[in-house]
This record gives sequence, structure tokens and C-alpha cells, in this order.
Amino acid sequence: MSKTIWVLIEIEDGKAARSSLEVLGKAAQLGRAEAIVLGSAAAQVAPTLGEYGAEKVYVHEDATYDNYLTLPAVDTISELLKQHQPALLMLATTYDLRDIAARLNVRNNMGLVTDATDLTFDGDTVQVTVPWGGENVVTATLPQQGTGIVLTRPKAFGVEQFAGRTAEIETLNPSLNAESQQIKILDRVELPSEGPALEDASVIVSGGRGLGKAENFHLVEELAAALGGAAGATRAIVDAGWLPYSYQVGQTGKTVKPTLYVACGISGAIQHLAGMKGSKYIVAINKDEHAPIFSVADLGVVGDALTILPQLTQEVKRRKAH
Amino acid sequence: MKIYVCIKQIPDPNTVVSKLDPNTKRLVRSGVSLVLDPGDESTISAAIKLRDTVGNSEVVAVSMGPTSAQEAMRRALAMGVDRAILVTDPALAGSDVLGTARVLAAILKNEAPDLVFCSTESTDGYTGMVPGGIAEFLNLPQLTFAREINVEGAKAMIKRVTITGYQTVESPMPAVVTIASGSFEAIYPTMKGIMGAKKKPFTQLTLADLGIDPSQVGDAGARERIVAIGQAEARAAGQVIKDDGNSAQAIADFLQRYQLL
Repeated sequence: MSKTIWVLIEIEDGKAARSSLEVLGKAAQLGRAEAIVLGSAAAQVAPTLGEYGAEKVYVHEDATYDNYLTLPAVDTISELLKQHQPALLMLATTYDLRDIAARLNVRNNMGLVTDATDLTFDGDTVQVTVPWGGENVVTATLPQQGTGIVLTRPKAFGVEQFAGRTAEIETLNPSLNAESQQIKILDRVELPSEGPALEDASVIVSGGRGLGKAENFHLVEELAAALGGAAGATRAIVDAGWLPYSYQVGQTGKTVKPTLYVACGISGAIQHLAGMKGSKYIVAINKDEHAPIFSVADLGVVGDALTILPQLTQEVKRRKAH
Repeated sequence: MKIYVCIKQIPDPNTVVSKLDPNTKRLVRSGVSLVLDPGDESTISAAIKLRDTVGNSEVVAVSMGPTSAQEAMRRALAMGVDRAILVTDPALAGSDVLGTARVLAAILKNEAPDLVFCSTESTDGYTGMVPGGIAEFLNLPQLTFAREINVEGAKAMIKRVTITGYQTVESPMPAVVTIASGSFEAIYPTMKGIMGAKKKPFTQLTLADLGIDPSQVGDAGARERIVAIGQAEARAAGQVIKDDGNSAQAIADFLQRYQLL
């Protein structure tokens, strides 16, 4: 019998988030996909989900979910779990969905695997593939009883089209608990960023500890600008306060898949490799010839990024001008 | 105000290539350099900064881990944390997210915190699922991905990192707060801090002290299991050259060959 898999859909600008549609498509390949969509735009999003794989959509149109984080959604999904027992709840790894998953896991004693890049059913057992370190993948299982949670890595799956599929819509009518309206969003601020966003850039130039100090990061930004790409950073230099979190490439920072990735002064900590090794071409510059980054680079240069970067920026500009 | 910080000792992410033991399927912790998670240094610093701003407050570090984790607790104390609580018990080995959150929540339940700080995620496991789990066990709201935190009366207010900027989010206290990495500069322990740390209160507890049944934690209580460890699909190794002064040319040639310029 086909397994039922729930997918919690995140709404972005009144539409289903792309990351959620990727997960929905995967769920629909594994079994019977049912979507849950909550928020003021839920009713308008719900009918669009059939063509992305949903057989059924649970809908609760209520602005409470937009204004109060985490708890109202956890309440509604926990109630729904009392009525149905899907094999799995799948979610994309995003800020809001991670918060919801963490609480659902404890409240309903579910079991949870994060950072999945693939999953399959082996009889009643779900086997989840999780990259671990640069070299390993682990296979994890969830309990056969009850519903397990799987958070999937961004861009692990493409968006799938299920032409002609229409989802059955079930409108939920839970009474939202006033005590769960505690985590209140007061305002939302968009920060302007120069150049393309890391996630969308076809070229990324990233810097790490090998740059020596924060003041040298401009060398990375200049090469990124010359190549028409975005600048990124390792967790080590984000932790060191050189740059804000939004620059971080790696596991929950950002998973990137540009056409070209240039790693400068980056040794290749596991979570960084995990975040960038899906890039089509990788160029690495590092002083240490044993740095793990060279194991994934198409072209590795053993040398000082501080010397090579300005020369390369000049050379790129020169060749582009011709 | 009582501010608690949940911290973790991990293999040094800057020097150790972490390995999984093929038999136990657990992280190899013996024979490698262990440190206080660098993300936690930033989180501890955020707590100390808030303590000093609010005044008349204390910061308490809590952790669960093997005896070796005492070192990480001492570092936290040397950074300026006022006291430390460590739960050590052989039955804790192999704990999953649920087990870990259960133990940390049990410590906190006895302590009546105003705020519980955690890093957004650890630098070894990266699940980021423990802080929300603690909040759920304690039935507290959670303020996550904070890059700034302020306290006003009985409310805590944060700037919450988003993909495109931030949100201002508030909740009543007590609350669990997760700190986005890199948002707070880590305090470096002074010699005075290191010496003073030895005199600060350091409590060590077992599961029995917390009244937790060993079957609920560790391997016995884990819901999810690692059943196999395999090799990742390797990227074909490329060419590695030594810089001879002409590397910029070589890289530009490479970019041109693949039409990347």
C-alpha cells in the first residue's frame, strides 16, 4: 500500500515556496503526497499544489500563522496527527520550518532526521540518506511506528510537475489557542544586497581563514564583481565576526550549486564542502597542499590567495575587455 | 535575571576531520582535540553582554557530555560565566535530539531561568533541533536565529535573521533564544578569568539526580538510528598545480576553456 507523506508548505509572497515544492515532488514520487498549508494566503495556494504532486491539501486560512511564529502551526499539525498517521512528515530546511519541526518532534515523540538528500521506503522502514563529512553518507532509519520527520537539504530535489493532477482540498477549522500566540513578528526588514544573491548566483567566490584578516575580504569581493558573481564565506570567518551570517556557505548557511565556485583560503571543513560540492566547476586556492578542498577542486592552486587574487582579478578584467 | 547557556564540547572543527566509528556509528571523540564549540563561544558572549547590560543578573552554562566536557565548562567559566552545571552519565552515550533536549530541559526545569540561550546549531551535528526541543519540553516560546537581543520589562525582543534581511520578533519571558553564528564577537578569556574560573561553582549531576529513566536517553531512547555508513560519491579529482607566479594565467585559461569568462 502506498505510504502517505505529509509536506508542510511554506508560503512566500502569497505563493508556495520553491523549496517546499521540491519536497512535495519528492514526496509524490515516494507515495501519496498530502500537503498542509497554513496562513492568510493558504486558500489561494492550496489549489495550485496538485500539479506539484499533492493528492490532498489540508488548508487553514488564518493570518495568525503569519503573525505568530511556530506555536500555532505546531498546535494545528499536532491536532491533525491525532486524526491521521502518515508515515512521514517532510519539510524543507528553512528558518521557519526548522523551528516547527524541532517542537513537533518533542511534542509528538516522533523521531527526526535532518539534512536528508534522499529517502526510500524499504518495506515499512524509511531509509534516509544524509551526507556526513566530505567522504561519507550515512543511512538512517526512523521508527516504524508513528510518523517520523525528515528535513531535506535545500536543492536536493528538483520541482516536479504532475500535469492534470488536482488535489482534494480539506478545510481545517481548529480553534487557535491564544496561549500559543506568543512569538510575535513586529516587523520585517529587507536588506538591500549588492550583486546576485548567493543562492541564485552562477558564479561564487568565497573566502576563508586563509585570507588572514577581515580587511582582506575585499579581494574576494573584487574577483566576484569582476566575474559577475556573488561573494561567500566559510562558517569560520562568519563565526569570527568578519562577515554577517548571510554570507555563509555550508550546511544550514546555504547550499549553493553555481556553475563556478572559487574557494580562496578555504581548507574545506566538512560543512563547507557539503554546502558547495554540487558546483559544476570548482577552483581552489590554498597554501596547504593537503587541504581537503583540493579533493573536490577541478583546478587547485597551492599558493597564497592574497597574492593570486589581485592578479586573477586583473587578468579576468583584461580578458573580459578583449 | 537568570540567563542559562546550553553548550557543547566537540572535536575541534578547525583541526579535526570528524569521523564516525563504523561499529558504534557514533562520532569518534577519543584521541582527537576537543574544544568548546566555537559557535557556543559567540553565544556565551551574547549572554554575558546581556547580563552586564541588564545588571544584577547571572549567566549559568549547562551541558551534557562525558567527563572530558569539564574542560569546555572551565573555558566558559574563564570567559565570564558565573557557574556551570554538567550532566555526565554512561547511559547518555548515543543520545539523539530528543534525548539531549530531554536532559538539558530537566536541568533547566530545576533552575527557573528567565532566558535560555543556545547556538542555532552545533558545529559537529548541525541538526539545530535541540533548542526547539528544549523549549517544547519546558513549554516556553522560542526566539530563533537572533543576531541582536534586548529585554524590555517581561519581554525579550530579537532581530531574527531571514534569507533577505531580518524580522523584529518579541515574546514574553521566560523564553529560549538561539543565537545566529557570528552575531556576537567571542570574549577571549583573560589570565585573571582563567584563574578565577577555578573558584566558581561547578555542579556535576547524573541522570539519577535529574530523575530521568536511562531508557529514555542514550542509545536506548534514540528514535532514529544510523544503520549504515557508506562512501560519498567522489568528485573526480582535478589538477593541482603549485603557484609559480603564473597561477592567475592558469586559472584564467581554465575559466576560458569552460566558457566561464
